[in-house]
Amino acid sequence: MRRLLILIGFAALVTLSPAPVLAQEYVLTIKDHKFTPTELKVPVNQRIVITVINEDATAEEFESNILKVEKVIAGNSRGTVRIGPLAPGKYPFIGEFHEATAKGVVIAE
Amino acid sequence: MLGALIIVFREVLEAGLIVGIVMAATQGVAGRGRWIMIGIGGGILGAAVVALFAGAISQAFQGSGQELFNAAVLAIAVVMLMWHNAWMARHGREIAAEMRSIGTAVSEGAKPLTALAIVVGLAVLREGSEVVLFLYGIFASGTSGNSLLAGGLLGIAAGAAFTGLTYYGLLAIPNRYIFSVTSWLIALLAAGMAAQSVQFLNNAGFAEVLGRTVWDTSWVLSESSIFGKLLHTLIGYTERPTELQLVVYIGTLAAMYVLMRLAAYRPQRPLAA
Repeated sequence: MRRLLILIGFAALVTLSPAPVLAQEYVLTIKDHKFTPTELKVPVNQRIVITVINEDATAEEFESNILKVEKVIAGNSRGTVRIGPLAPGKYPFIGEFHEATAKGVVIAE
Repeated sequence: MLGALIIVFREVLEAGLIVGIVMAATQGVAGRGRWIMIGIGGGILGAAVVALFAGAISQAFQGSGQELFNAAVLAIAVVMLMWHNAWMARHGREIAAEMRSIGTAVSEGAKPLTALAIVVGLAVLREGSEVVLFLYGIFASGTSGNSLLAGGLLGIAAGAAFTGLTYYGLLAIPNRYIFSVTSWLIALLAAGMAAQSVQFLNNAGFAEVLGRTVWDTSWVLSESSIFGKLLHTLIGYTERPTELQLVVYIGTLAAMYVLMRLAAYRPQRPLAA
């Protein structure tokens, strides 16, 4: 019962908390099923907003288990990916639909 | 071709597993085949629509539309699974008894089928929209598309075969136990979905609390491996769960348990009918 109340508390929190104000934006571009840049340097311990621009005609799925992101970016379209706060380290990501070529890494430092 | 097969199979797997469990859970309920087909059909149709508007959905809510959409779809599925389990806790015994005595379908089960049809539909919708986008991408790129397309279609077939495997595997469980086994499976399924839903909210910029990672078992079992994906769907396995995900997971299981106990409760001596 207590857990249920905690859950309800969270539900309330979720509905009430406003989207936080974010400091800096980062951009990743997908072209010919490749990411540019392949290395994205970001600061540690803060929320990061990455705008992923897909210049290919076909969709791509931005995926990273370590960043806990799974997001489809439609062809000729853009999407917003929110990650962090991150500890210092390397966080690889892929484009799941073209895993052979679409690879990159977020470096938090 | 093999690559396409694996990508599509990985996407279809989750929906396939859910359909298999739902079919086993509604064993012996009249008209369930029709409801499940409606769920699958509606899901495929919805997947095509979602894929078509993928760009627009993504742009909505300051770029968080897709995450909020996924979170909502998962949350609705969790509620439907809770409803089903509560209903089953109340009526499951009668259905099992009737199945034993007559050995035929029972008519009483019309109620929870809408709930489960919605669960099936949402599962197919969520995974299916990614498959549609992926296959469309292959189709649109033209060159060497045919073998990739064949791989993709084989992936869908493999997913469907997996549904059959899940279903017949669960049917091997004796009638006496099948409802309690499927109730447990559904409870774990729902808890995993709730934990996923809250992570989508986090990705959308909401629920940014208790964000610390509790453990990292990616070195034992990667979430993107087939087995990892299987466990991810089945019991909500997450290689790096956050505190919030863990709290929501346990909370969902607890809420499910309380709800089922409440639903099963009947006064010992009912008043005159």
